[in-house]
Amino acid sequence: MSALSALPLSGQIINLLAAVLLLISFAMLVQRRILSLIDLFAAQGAVLCLSTVLVAVTTGQRHLYFSAAITLVLKVVLLPWILHRLIRRLNVKWDVEGLINIPTTMLVGIVVVVVAFNLALPISQLAGTLTRPTLGIALATVLLAFLMMITRSKAVPQVIGFLSMENGLFFAATSATYGMPMVVEMGIALDVLIGMIIFGVFFFQIRTQFDSLDISHLEQLKEK
Amino acid sequence: MELAALLAIPLLGCAVLALLGHRRGAPEINGAFSLATLAAAAALTVRVIENGPLRLWQDQFFIDPLNVFLVALTAFVGFTTSLFSRPYMRVEREHGRLTAGSMRLYHSMFQMFMFTMLLALTTNNMGILWVAMEGATLATVLLVSLYRTAASLEAAWKYFILCGVGIAQALFGTILLYLAAEPVLGREGGALLWTQLDAIKGSLEPTVLSLAFVFLLVGYGTKVGLVPLHNWLPDAHAEGPTPISAVLSGLLLNVAIYAVVRCKVLVDGSLHTHFAGNLMMGFGLLSVGVAAFFLSRQRDIKRMFAYSSIEHMGIITFAFGMGGPMASFAGLLHMTVHSLTKSAIFFTVGHAVQKTGTQIMDDIRGLLGANPTIGWGLMLGSLAILGMPPFGVFASEFLILTTAMHEHPWATPILLVSLGVAFAAIFGKVQPMVFGETTARRLPHPPAILPVFVHLAAVLMLGLWIPPYLAEWYRQAAKFIG
Repeated sequence: MSALSALPLSGQIINLLAAVLLLISFAMLVQRRILSLIDLFAAQGAVLCLSTVLVAVTTGQRHLYFSAAITLVLKVVLLPWILHRLIRRLNVKWDVEGLINIPTTMLVGIVVVVVAFNLALPISQLAGTLTRPTLGIALATVLLAFLMMITRSKAVPQVIGFLSMENGLFFAATSATYGMPMVVEMGIALDVLIGMIIFGVFFFQIRTQFDSLDISHLEQLKEK
Repeated sequence: MELAALLAIPLLGCAVLALLGHRRGAPEINGAFSLATLAAAAALTVRVIENGPLRLWQDQFFIDPLNVFLVALTAFVGFTTSLFSRPYMRVEREHGRLTAGSMRLYHSMFQMFMFTMLLALTTNNMGILWVAMEGATLATVLLVSLYRTAASLEAAWKYFILCGVGIAQALFGTILLYLAAEPVLGREGGALLWTQLDAIKGSLEPTVLSLAFVFLLVGYGTKVGLVPLHNWLPDAHAEGPTPISAVLSGLLLNVAIYAVVRCKVLVDGSLHTHFAGNLMMGFGLLSVGVAAFFLSRQRDIKRMFAYSSIEHMGIITFAFGMGGPMASFAGLLHMTVHSLTKSAIFFTVGHAVQKTGTQIMDDIRGLLGANPTIGWGLMLGSLAILGMPPFGVFASEFLILTTAMHEHPWATPILLVSLGVAFAAIFGKVQPMVFGETTARRLPHPPAILPVFVHLAAVLMLGLWIPPYLAEWYRQAAKFIG
């Protein structure tokens, strides 16, 4: 505990926000209502934005303000809005059916977090930044999002898992190195936005083809 | 100047073709833009031959022996594919498989795809390399689902999700790379510029770099189609339009390998062990073996050649993994000849499928009788890809095998058995398709035969004689790949 209290206040708050991020990831893993899932995703974006701003204030890295602004616009406002619109247009209010039951998913999730922390341990000792203990959490968020994509059978939750994975990567970049160079971050944000639009197009194509967004329809191409 | 033209022309082409839509001349305009890109690439190549490696625009872009020939190859195959797609897509349109809107999307995104690949090859920034690779996925994913059938939608969804997740791992690897480089180069020092990283690779933290390489290899390896990350590849190749199969197989896989090789150079410089090479050899051998045994089980002609691509990517990855001047030389040569041969094969396959109206190999018979040039094109292309002398694939595979016998004798039987199995599988299936009684029909547009034979002639030439400057590039690139 002494190591923790040695951190300055801002560092402690960032650690707290990282913990919240991890909690939200777990909540997303087990959330079965699709609208709540979108809200959780927006909340994750908000936490991400807040922690980025905090890192920017503490370290004086000016370009992190831009990253935080991009996060706010893209992940808190624009993407959840697009998702909400899509849900309304496609008229899918159904609950999400998991492929594996909730307790099992939770247990696998805990194992994943332990693995992530072990993997990140040698690196976070090197990072030498204010936020270094959070690299493990960032990796855990990425892997939990991955788990979520595996366990869900519907298209929309899979996409939210994909976006949540991107959140984890962004958090990793902020916590490990105070963010990537500006031009790279702009490029990544552009890719995410275009990717989301293509997902939207896909939803409609899948829907017209199969009358449902259940991607277990998409299992015809297999090796015989 | 040449570089600006190289990148601007396909981007402009994308915009113009998006505006023009499906007018009569769109395929010709697509071809014209591809030709202009090829001219810019040729001018750039000439400049590199005369002046040596280039760094441009505050080191954001650079051209060295490793990427200059890939740029030329990409522009060349892009141009020949646009020639092939002219009659091919017209026939598809007249058979009613495509709407006017999807023709617009196809032409526009074809140019966009060329742009992202050329950007990935010429950029010096590892972050931009990632952005361009993801951009290449985004540009092609809607093309895979162009026919809007259930199978093509599934293929595109799989392609998007798997490559998206894979490439996310590569982004984590890039972040770790930046983490290792930042203390040495500082924030403003361009800590993601490859040339800078290469200069200081000895002082990068080894533990971080080895972890970074695992993520980078898994990430970009998904795009290379390495087993067990290959699931998207046969579906995307089989269900998309054939010109897209040709550029995915011939070009995109090369660009992904290029990204892996760039990362390997950095990791080797930092670790001074054979860690990266061993990983690549493992993945490579696994891909060769698994793909070879899947080949014989295929019924769909495009799926079969997609598995053949996985097999060859495995061979190339294995060659770069072995390292050393000879193996890297052979790997680069194999990239070139595979890309030329495989795209030529997909051109003939495309026409053959249109003539017979099916992709199922049992139903394709007597291509020689229907159209001798298509029949011979498929036969010669298959012989070339199977490594028959005197084609170039034989030369590169021979070099790789002899080096493997020298340095890693245990791997040689695996490679030889896989190549033998692949030979039996592909030759046994191509032979009845080419000979025998024909069921094919006439097509309203004459097939584009020229690209096929230009590619095969180039592969034949590389088997017999490699132009001195090309050999020199291979040698120089092989030297720093190590």
